[in-house]
Amino acid sequence: MADTMELLDIEVWDGNMAASQALRQVQVDVVAAYPITPSTPIVENYANFEANGYVDGEFVMVESEHAAMSGCIGAAAAGGRVATATSSQGFALMVETLYSASGMRLPIILNVVNRALGAPLNVNGDHSDMYLGRDSGWIQFDAYCPQNAYDLNFIAFKVAEDHDIRLPAMVHQDGFMTSHTAQGVATLTDEAAYNFVGEFKPMNDMLDLDHPVTHGVQTEEDWHFEHKARQQHALMTAVIPKIEEAFDAFEKLTGRRYNLVEAYDMEDADVAVICMGTSVETAREVAEEMRAQGIKAGVVGIRVFRPWPLEQLAAVLKNVKAIAALDRSSPHGTVGTLFNEIAGTLYNSETKAVLTNYIYGLGGRDLTKAHLVSIYGDLKANMDAGKPTTPLQQYIGLRGPKLSFF
Amino acid sequence: MSEIKKIKNLKEFSTSADRFEGANLLCPGCAHSIIVREVLNATNDDLILAASTGCLEVCTAVYPYTSWDASWIHIGFENGSTAVAGAEAMYKALKKKGRLKQPDRVPKFVAFGGDGATYDIGFQWISGCFERGHNMMYVCLDNEVYANTGGQRSSSTPIGSSATTSPAGSTSYGEKKMKKDMMAIMAAHGAPYVAQVAPNKWKDMVAKIQKGFAAEGPVYINAMSACTTEWKFAPEDTIAISDLATDSLVFPLYEIIDGTKLNITYRPKNIVPVRDYLGAQGRFKHLFTKQYEHILDQWQKNVDDKWTYLQRREEASV
Repeated sequence: MADTMELLDIEVWDGNMAASQALRQVQVDVVAAYPITPSTPIVENYANFEANGYVDGEFVMVESEHAAMSGCIGAAAAGGRVATATSSQGFALMVETLYSASGMRLPIILNVVNRALGAPLNVNGDHSDMYLGRDSGWIQFDAYCPQNAYDLNFIAFKVAEDHDIRLPAMVHQDGFMTSHTAQGVATLTDEAAYNFVGEFKPMNDMLDLDHPVTHGVQTEEDWHFEHKARQQHALMTAVIPKIEEAFDAFEKLTGRRYNLVEAYDMEDADVAVICMGTSVETAREVAEEMRAQGIKAGVVGIRVFRPWPLEQLAAVLKNVKAIAALDRSSPHGTVGTLFNEIAGTLYNSETKAVLTNYIYGLGGRDLTKAHLVSIYGDLKANMDAGKPTTPLQQYIGLRGPKLSFF
Repeated sequence: MSEIKKIKNLKEFSTSADRFEGANLLCPGCAHSIIVREVLNATNDDLILAASTGCLEVCTAVYPYTSWDASWIHIGFENGSTAVAGAEAMYKALKKKGRLKQPDRVPKFVAFGGDGATYDIGFQWISGCFERGHNMMYVCLDNEVYANTGGQRSSSTPIGSSATTSPAGSTSYGEKKMKKDMMAIMAAHGAPYVAQVAPNKWKDMVAKIQKGFAAEGPVYINAMSACTTEWKFAPEDTIAISDLATDSLVFPLYEIIDGTKLNITYRPKNIVPVRDYLGAQGRFKHLFTKQYEHILDQWQKNVDDKWTYLQRREEASV
């Protein structure tokens, strides 16, 4: 039996510590992991918990991220609670097995501390790895601060392990900006945290020796399509209601409210910035300042990136006249991912807002308040003109001559 | 440790309760199915199995069917070892936490992979599992070629073999490299038990599998698996070809205990010339020409040298 840790009501934790504490509190049965900057402290903290009797599950330090997820898949199929953490290049190495985990319907929790993908090699935060995972069949939650990183882990376990869902989930946080920035984090007691997620209930577990199961079969053109369709069906119909249920239950327990789409000052907003991660909090500050200048500015944060909350987002954007989609990943030959998703969300709706795209913050470049002030200025001009007054895609915070496309 | 199953004769052995069903899609004459049955039949204990992508995997778990009457998992080409290691870690965790459904039963954890999955693409994963000391057995079904994808060379493909990516031709005798010595590499991990087996020597094989199951820690079994399709011999000749392999000492049968102590477990009464083994297979046909016959001499010398080396290791008990 693992020892209980007495926590203060408010602890000063960075995002990594917040995630490791959540993994400890839900008493994960197997963590198979490989360290990589900036997610390394999640694994180190967990190792420390184990070395001091706070964890009684198995902690397996493997030889690569691919092996980490492979071990997680074997462990999850065997029948128990499983989690790991990674970033960037390690995430990229894992990708093959991410598809296996979701296709095999195994509820594994992966903490992804977002970091740029090389070349050139870069250890700082951007959303390239998060975007790389978007078609892998995982549920993707996005944290904007250490408190979110802590809370969303509990929600992720509760949703993923539900027998109606049985899908793996990622909890994303921004490399360094969240993972290494200490803030006050309101805690749950070990007991309350564990009870919120509940005991792991195995299903099709390999270790049920009286009921052998076959995991990871072959299907070709006869059945592959139907399997993938069932996976999509679960993601599209079961996951969102289950997440909303978990958000409600979490609010009841803690008073902290999460939403699929986080809307700030959006009730009467004319212009909106849509972004993810730490940028949401910066944008909120700037939006308030813009309102003081008479621009009805709002901010939309995507909390659940997969499955994409299309209807909820369309509802939030209903009366908006100009939107900026901020993408923290190189689009490599097209418009940014958020731009695309938002365009797809709004195209058949009544909302005919002007939509433009900003690429920012690659490899950890700061997004400043001044950048956001200028974006809101663009949005105001677009709203007044009723059409884009700028190129559709602009790079912001880039050194040298201005770069824009379309 | 659970009781070791007693097997008196082949009939008794072949009528053991099958946990690997005959209903599978492997080629007629494929040695894989013989080896897998010999491994599974060596114990009455519960089994948790994994397979890497390859012939065994694609022929035994095609939805909505399965040939496995024991829990089985496949993830990818390179990670059968780690899949079963993950399951073994979960077993240990649930045992500690008192959450096993059948706490009195101790399952064996076994991963199967072809030589492509073992010598090449899955090498790092296996090494990791062995370094960490998982309580598991890894069985390489060594047919010396990527058979599932149609006969490309692997690092187990022996010199002079014609494979689709190292074909024999007017200027090439086929594969140029020597077969990688996986036995030595796995022994160097300090594994408690490493053994080379062949399905035709079933008593030797069962004894080794049972020793492996009795050992604590990771066990490596290199099983010669004659491939009727890629080695190019008639399906009914699988055991005859396997006999030629073991009696020519191309596949010497031996074990290495605790990473060092080497024992030869089969000494043929009459050692067959290597050319008899090579000549029985289409993949070496081109070696029996004036242009390439020097490779036959090279082959015999390689086998002789290896046999001398193994005998010296055994004698020195190191």
